[in-house]
Amino acid sequence: MSTATPEAWPREHYLNAGWSIRSWLLTTDHKRIGWLYTVSITAFFFLGGFAALLIRLELMTPPGDLMSAEFYNEMFSIHGIVMVWFFLIPSIPNTLGNFLLPLMLGARDLAFPRLNLLSWYIYTVGGLFTIAAVILGGVDTGWTFYTPYSSMFSNSAVMAAVAGVFIVGFSSIATGINFIVTTHKMRAPGLTWFRLPLFVWANYATSLIFVLATPVLGITLVLIALERALGIGIFDPALGGDPLLFQHLFWFYSHPAVYIMILPAFGVVSEIITCFARKRIFGYTGMVVAIMAITLFGFVVWGHHMFVSGQSIYAGILFSFFTMLVAVPSAIKTFNWTATLYKGRISFTAPMIYGLSFLGLFTIGGLTGVILAALAVDIHVHDTYFVVAHFHYIMVGGAVTAYLGGLHFWWPKLTGRMYSEIWARIAALALFIGFNLTFFPQFLLGYAGMPRRYHAYPEDFQILHAMSSLGAGVLAIGYLLPLVYLGWSMLRGPHAGSNPWDARGLEWRTSSPPPKHNFLETPRVDEPAYHYE
Amino acid sequence: MSDAEPAEQFDDLDQQKHANLMGMWLFLATELLLFGGLFASFGVFRIMHPETFGEAASHLSVSLGVANTVILFTSGLTTKLADEAVEAGRRGLGLALLLGTIALGLAFLVIKGFEWHHEYEIGLMPVLGLPFEYPGADPRNARLFFNFYYAMTGLHAAHMLIGLGLLSIIALLLYRWRDPPKIARQVRISGLYWAFVDVIWVFVFTFLYLLRSG
Amino acid sequence: MNSWTVSFVVWGALLLLLAASTATAVLVAGPMAHAFSLACALAMAALIVTWFMGLRTADGLLRVFALAAVFWLALLIALTLADFLTR
Repeated sequence: MSTATPEAWPREHYLNAGWSIRSWLLTTDHKRIGWLYTVSITAFFFLGGFAALLIRLELMTPPGDLMSAEFYNEMFSIHGIVMVWFFLIPSIPNTLGNFLLPLMLGARDLAFPRLNLLSWYIYTVGGLFTIAAVILGGVDTGWTFYTPYSSMFSNSAVMAAVAGVFIVGFSSIATGINFIVTTHKMRAPGLTWFRLPLFVWANYATSLIFVLATPVLGITLVLIALERALGIGIFDPALGGDPLLFQHLFWFYSHPAVYIMILPAFGVVSEIITCFARKRIFGYTGMVVAIMAITLFGFVVWGHHMFVSGQSIYAGILFSFFTMLVAVPSAIKTFNWTATLYKGRISFTAPMIYGLSFLGLFTIGGLTGVILAALAVDIHVHDTYFVVAHFHYIMVGGAVTAYLGGLHFWWPKLTGRMYSEIWARIAALALFIGFNLTFFPQFLLGYAGMPRRYHAYPEDFQILHAMSSLGAGVLAIGYLLPLVYLGWSMLRGPHAGSNPWDARGLEWRTSSPPPKHNFLETPRVDEPAYHYE
Repeated sequence: MSDAEPAEQFDDLDQQKHANLMGMWLFLATELLLFGGLFASFGVFRIMHPETFGEAASHLSVSLGVANTVILFTSGLTTKLADEAVEAGRRGLGLALLLGTIALGLAFLVIKGFEWHHEYEIGLMPVLGLPFEYPGADPRNARLFFNFYYAMTGLHAAHMLIGLGLLSIIALLLYRWRDPPKIARQVRISGLYWAFVDVIWVFVFTFLYLLRSG
Repeated sequence: MNSWTVSFVVWGALLLLLAASTATAVLVAGPMAHAFSLACALAMAALIVTWFMGLRTADGLLRVFALAAVFWLALLIALTLADFLTR
């Protein structure tokens, strides 16, 4: 895996281009903005994780003894709001995507570098509002802000939380516009659409969702604010409005938002698996078609969140059918990754362990999604821990695992340094074991009838809940370890060289860390993506 | 024209121009979907209460609505002409037309404000707990119509204000005339925004004022 | 016809459509009048977008984006109504 001849550090690169705080806070370099996002989302990840830890502690024992029901409500609300909008949505696109998209396209920067910096400031302002909501006494509506609870009854800091989420939406929109324009207009000579790495395709598709879905969330939150502040009762049944309309508008964004989280993860895993199997990805064109099909289908399945809400049964049937349909391209992707591994020369490096973990966890999450898509079954498990386990397998087992895999895979490019491989493998394994221990019991709990969002439960459920809480501890180790050894690597790690994994792709053709404008001369592309073998 | 340089991430000015245009159109797509959420909600209730909404619509002032539509169409024309004047390097004409656009935009907001005030006086502003003295049948759902009326015209007016701010900055840049090709790009981009706010108004006006029953 | 003239013609056409739409709404009313007014609104929007916003001469890609936005809005409206109309 190591380069044969030791490579000298590049003399000038984006990290030593300036050392002052100002050179970071006013930078328009997409690589530095990627770092600004990495630091911010890591902080929010541990904030949301802390709330999760308190939740799991409360659930160690059947009675609600550690905290009041109200405080518990606030904890799962802030956990959801922070993890969804301030960690998962921006996670891969705004960190790795920001860093890598121009590199993979052979461009000097994104199309609108100042807009890119602005998006981070918007994110930060949105984050401050959310923190303000916590300080003002918390918000207890759940991350979904369902009406009429959020609009009429809740006395918590709903306005501040809604404002935070509304504002952070604009940072998504800015990023989406930037990525789409850059992908269309700034590809290197010879880099045709069907030579693009799947990571680029995935981020392009994600950006389409950013642009098309986020504004609908925006207007929905505005309508909640108007209802609370002015009494404009579009969701208020007493005034002729309809609370279910809120759910339609909300899920028009929030279901595609799941694809915002998982599509970039698909991209990352495609890069990792093909590199460490030393094989061209199986069925490249099929992978691209699957990504775009998921993007489209993802918009027409939202009603499956409303099967038991009083939505018309005919709409339910329609949405159930579409939901089954979206499983097809997802399955194509899973089969293609597996086929890529077949007869490959596989090396179990740390990024690859994350990649393979993703494959297993995403498959479980996806298959349980098909179970939930069936109308009749959903009535039994709706709003139980079965659902909680399902979406954590997708969003945490899938998206977060892929994010960490990607961080390890491109760390040498980001910093120019290697990390401790053995510790990285231990962390990856801790994550896989801890994750399954935390969330697999929740499938059983849900199936047995444990509803979500309760701080107390019957004693029969205690063993499974205790296993889950124990697993959360192991999982926490898996998340904390990288802070230590990656932090060490940043200061002391040995030089990585420009291509430590012997990988294909334009980002590996420039020095580690790359120079300010990425390439000393614009690269030309004359081969398909993943030209391994 | 000076031999202007593109921004450092672009290869040439043509690439930069096309990238800017594409970025703006994508932004306008997000704006369409922002208003789209309101339009979809309105559509649901318009179909559920056809008589009530039809009658409520006839309580709005069509003449003021038409006047405002004419004003916006005219401002769309002046923006388009300003764009062409600046493109042709005619600074004075461009500036005059752009100031005309701003004046028309202000006129729109004044009329709109007058209209809102009138509705407040006759008790058709059911927000902030104000009394709702609706003379027709089914006041409960008519109230919903007026809620939509204020949400839609209010959001549109907010976009007008943003547009006026944008155009004022562009007018200042046009007055200074430092980098003509760049100013031409900026006039084009902000003109797109202004025209788009026109498009939204066409639908707001039609949905609220024109779908009347007898 | 030079570009200035076209702009004035488009402006005139917009005013004519507005007059026709409003007159129908006020004098006729009822479902047919609604359909006519909505068709006029689409026509007015199309005129502004193609001429004032220059979509007629823009990249093919921009037209695709504009249509995509309309298509996605149609998805939102159609599937929301699929619930409300079949309850």
